[in-house]
Amino acid sequence: MATIIEPTIFELSSPGRRGVKMPASDVPEMALPPKEFLRSELPLPELAEVDVVRHYMSLSKMNYSVDSGFYPLGSCTMKYNPKINEDTCRLPGFLFTHPLQPIETVQGNLALMFEMQEWLKEISGFAGVTLQPAAGAHGEFTGVLMMAAYHKLRGDTKRTKMLIPDAAHGTNPASVGMLGMQVVTIPSDARGNVDLRALESACDDTVAGMMLTNPNTLGMFDENIEKVVALVKDCGALMYGDGANLNALLGIVRPGDLGFDVMHFNLHKTFSVPHGGGGPGSGPVGVSQRLVDFLPSPLVGILEESEGDMAPLYGFVTPKNTIGRMKAFHGHFGGGLVRSYTYIAMHGPDGLKDISQYAVLNANYLQARLRDTYKIPFDRICMHEFVMEGKFEGSDVRALDISKRLMDFNFHPPTNYFPLIVSEALMIEPTETENKDTLDRFADALIKIAEEAKTQPDLLHNAPITTKFGRMDEVKAARELVLCCWLPENYEQMA
Amino acid sequence: MTYIPISPAERDAMLKTVGVKSLDDLFEAVPARHRFPKLDLPPALTEMEAAAHLGEMAASNENVRQDLISFLGAGAYNHYVPSVVDHILRRGEFYTAYTPYQPEISQGTLQAIFEYQSLMASLTGMEVSNASHYDGATATAEAVNLAYAQFRGKRKKIVMSPSVHPQYRQVIRTYTQAMGLEEAGDDSARHEDGPEALISLFDENTMIVIVQYPDFFGRIYDLAQVINAAHEKGALVCVVANPTALLMLKSPGDMGADIVVGEAQPFGIPLWYGGPYLGFFTTRKSYVHKMAGRLVGETVDVRGNRSYVLTLTAREQHIKRERATSNICTNQGLLALGCSVYMSVLGKQGLQEVANLCYQKAHYAAAELSKIKSFGLCHPEPFFHEFVLCTPKPASEVNQYLLDHGVLGGYDLGADYPDMQNHLLVAVTEMNSKEEIDTLVELLKEM
Repeated sequence: MATIIEPTIFELSSPGRRGVKMPASDVPEMALPPKEFLRSELPLPELAEVDVVRHYMSLSKMNYSVDSGFYPLGSCTMKYNPKINEDTCRLPGFLFTHPLQPIETVQGNLALMFEMQEWLKEISGFAGVTLQPAAGAHGEFTGVLMMAAYHKLRGDTKRTKMLIPDAAHGTNPASVGMLGMQVVTIPSDARGNVDLRALESACDDTVAGMMLTNPNTLGMFDENIEKVVALVKDCGALMYGDGANLNALLGIVRPGDLGFDVMHFNLHKTFSVPHGGGGPGSGPVGVSQRLVDFLPSPLVGILEESEGDMAPLYGFVTPKNTIGRMKAFHGHFGGGLVRSYTYIAMHGPDGLKDISQYAVLNANYLQARLRDTYKIPFDRICMHEFVMEGKFEGSDVRALDISKRLMDFNFHPPTNYFPLIVSEALMIEPTETENKDTLDRFADALIKIAEEAKTQPDLLHNAPITTKFGRMDEVKAARELVLCCWLPENYEQMA
Repeated sequence: MTYIPISPAERDAMLKTVGVKSLDDLFEAVPARHRFPKLDLPPALTEMEAAAHLGEMAASNENVRQDLISFLGAGAYNHYVPSVVDHILRRGEFYTAYTPYQPEISQGTLQAIFEYQSLMASLTGMEVSNASHYDGATATAEAVNLAYAQFRGKRKKIVMSPSVHPQYRQVIRTYTQAMGLEEAGDDSARHEDGPEALISLFDENTMIVIVQYPDFFGRIYDLAQVINAAHEKGALVCVVANPTALLMLKSPGDMGADIVVGEAQPFGIPLWYGGPYLGFFTTRKSYVHKMAGRLVGETVDVRGNRSYVLTLTAREQHIKRERATSNICTNQGLLALGCSVYMSVLGKQGLQEVANLCYQKAHYAAAELSKIKSFGLCHPEPFFHEFVLCTPKPASEVNQYLLDHGVLGGYDLGADYPDMQNHLLVAVTEMNSKEEIDTLVELLKEM
């Protein structure tokens, strides 16, 4: 039997134990529905409040987080999440407004959303923004739907291919797959740019568009970006920008100015919405003039202009050729938009530029410190992240071992085995909210680990050794597929 | 420099190590003519100024706790959230962690999701749950994707009840617009029909049947007959359920549903003007390989400790790319945690009390409202905590009159169902006191 470190809430349950109680009913007793409509049992845990608090406190201590240490997970932008955002997003005026309230009762919310649309347009250089998408992948899907709708409305129905570089995030081809489009992979050249020749030969009148992450997942800003955009546009296709790496570009360059037609923002990366153990994120999408009529509905607009001291009346508007609704209600308002709004308001134009400059400085500093120890396959000035190889000649130590060993130094590992075009990839994104001491300690740890790989490789194969849990048996999890637990008294019936 | 912990001297030392003179020199790959645009944004606020500014914006709303009495539901519900929930969600160890890719140092998140999966499966009467979706609407759309994959695209018909939430139906239409599907049943004029009216539409091409429980109008039906009829044609049945109602009512799993989805916002998540919320998705074990989203499974570590990992990741976008079951990458992890804490701290009995209060107060409200001359309940079917009130004037006028008296009367169904102009969807929860209900009744009497 496996050792149980922390029982589940089902195992902690004891019949008859009470937590929070509800008040007694203040209305005359009403008859329940006929018995055939009622459930006969409710197999849920029974605990006291203190049991619940201790359980979740105990779980929280098993997590590594940005608040506890350095989390250089490439492509995820694990920056510090300001505490003030946690307060502003919980203001009662935001917490307790219903999404279907009449607009005249929620002008504060609508003003915030309108300004947020305007700010994101200004930051990105786009003509329109929707705040509706719930996450980056959801924003991508939104963008690809708009691209398809654009060609369809023009009667240009043979455009069924999407060009995607080999370094792209997996969500790009998956979003395209959801529309049944065909993915054409474009290789990268020796400097980590899009291979222009391959692009030129792939680009024809069957191409709907290209999805490009820039800077790409190698952390490289494409040195030929203007040529890439021109090639795609010359064949009548649209240019999609994956905004996952926008943390490198604030006040540096606007994707709209470079000729992109559509891009999703990841408010949970660039604009400090906390990652929450996997979500919720928030993935607004910006578009160029030719796609504004296809944006999801509704958008926030001004219904009556301001007059004198009177504020304008904000409300909802529907774009002419809208692709429709992407989710119920208006996007991730409270947990997403309010936090990001607070963050942008506190940075202003100069502060935003600082973010990207220091994010890029920190990445380049780490790259410079590690260059002599680890192979960096695309070695030039990087943007906010870089990729190195987690392997050494004559050693069987792999990127996975290095990652696990970093835990013993109390660091979260980088993203590993991505992008796929680098063997044993370690993708490192320090973000702007780390100081030089932390970066030095991290570089020192990686240099020490490289030494250990030569002298005591088993230490790495067995890592981590100082953490509460060791490596997991992932094969067992997939084979046995135990996905739920049940109350002890229901176990035999359910399992 | 708001949150940047680097001094000018440190910056200069770092630039020197990198081998450039200034921060601006790091960006030479960016086309010069577009480099360093001047952004026309308001100047930076300090924390004190931002707190005041956001405080003003929030205060300019009228909210349903301090300013308005609310009977508005229609997919988002005003419930009490025990204090413990937000105390746990404010733990930095939870909210500043990411997707648990490194299980050795993410067991907190992983076990919490595993428990969430277990709670939702127990509630819905199903065998498995994923780690959550963006909201109830997108979870429902993913059910269509599951069915499409299950039949490998060979069945192309969706049968959807017109009494599924209108916005959910819109989202399904958006999601599937490029799939070449056939839709049946979704006719707003047929809103009076019960689920059995769908049965004649089932055929060998039907991949999925979607019904809501209680339906958008609050009505409760035994779905066993419609589910059996769908199964006879080999189709899957997806039930969109309200979790609070499931605390009292027979579970969809018990009635034979294949997929149970819905909006878990009523379980511990604030109204927050519509999001972020939490879509739950539960199904039978046989469909787990076609299910979208993250999944946590139990295993052991090398030291023999019971532990948890993300599993069946081969279904997902980062491995399968364009052949993935969905492009979904994130889940609603933190809100799934909030939902679990809500369910744990109320516990079985506390949750039953919530459901009972909703039921009792809604039925009291319905009984009192239907006594008012020329008002009445539009439907004879049993309901849970939401019902349709037939009004002598357009519901929009009734709502405007109530709003003038500080009351949100309910959802004007005429917005989605053209022949329901005089129909008001009224929701009552444990937050509505008898006094509030009586106020609503008195106001309508005087109208």
